[in-house]
Amino acid sequence: MTEQTFTYEARGQVLVIHLPKELDHHNSRNLKYETDLLLSENYINKVVFDFSRTEFMDSSGIGILLNRYKQMARSGGSVALYGVNAQVGRVLTIGGIGKLMEHFDSKEAAIAG
Amino acid sequence: MERFRMELESRSKNEEFARVVAAVFISRLDPTLEELEDVKTSVSEAVTNAVIHGYQGEAGTIQVEMEIEGSQVLIQVRDTGVGIRDVKRAMEPMYTTDKTGERSGMGFSFMEAFMDDVQVLSELGKGTTVIMKKTIGR
Repeated sequence: MTEQTFTYEARGQVLVIHLPKELDHHNSRNLKYETDLLLSENYINKVVFDFSRTEFMDSSGIGILLNRYKQMARSGGSVALYGVNAQVGRVLTIGGIGKLMEHFDSKEAAIAG
Repeated sequence: MERFRMELESRSKNEEFARVVAAVFISRLDPTLEELEDVKTSVSEAVTNAVIHGYQGEAGTIQVEMEIEGSQVLIQVRDTGVGIRDVKRAMEPMYTTDKTGERSGMGFSFMEAFMDDVQVLSELGKGTTVIMKKTIGR
């Protein structure tokens, strides 16, 4: 399958990652390769995850968020989220991520914050 | 008692199929949105474990069986893959054998958080069965 599940948007030193409707293991398979490539070729000090289309997430989503968090933390960067719905919010809380990453209401706020 | 059983090929795209079918089956209990999401997430975790760990990405068959008895739902997810050497350890939060760094090791923690009861039976070389129970509409 070559269907693109993630889309990426660079805003200066901020990388916005637009997440798919269903953030599970199947849909997360290409994320590591794609983001590693983008992070190695661009100077990025903040990754912003866009959950506004995401209706479902399981622990696979926690794995990819945590890994990006560790990557950014190593270079003094940060990770922020926006557009989180109730189901995703519960999964983030149980996954212990709620406190590691700031949540915003909009993309602009997440980029600025 | 109402019962339902399906067999899936061990493919990552079937993770979504399995959780959606599970959600449709329990919808006859008139669950809240939150209960529906709990079951969907738990089935997704169990099937994902079978694909990644049970069959290590190789071909195999995953059996999903569900029963509704009164307001309780019983879900069994079974693979005949490699099995788990140490179930207790596998169920520890953040424990993973994955080397890519992309896995959180939270699969069983999620099942335990979202379901009332989770049991894991596993034998090396024989496979793994995850048995989960939840009462809907408490």
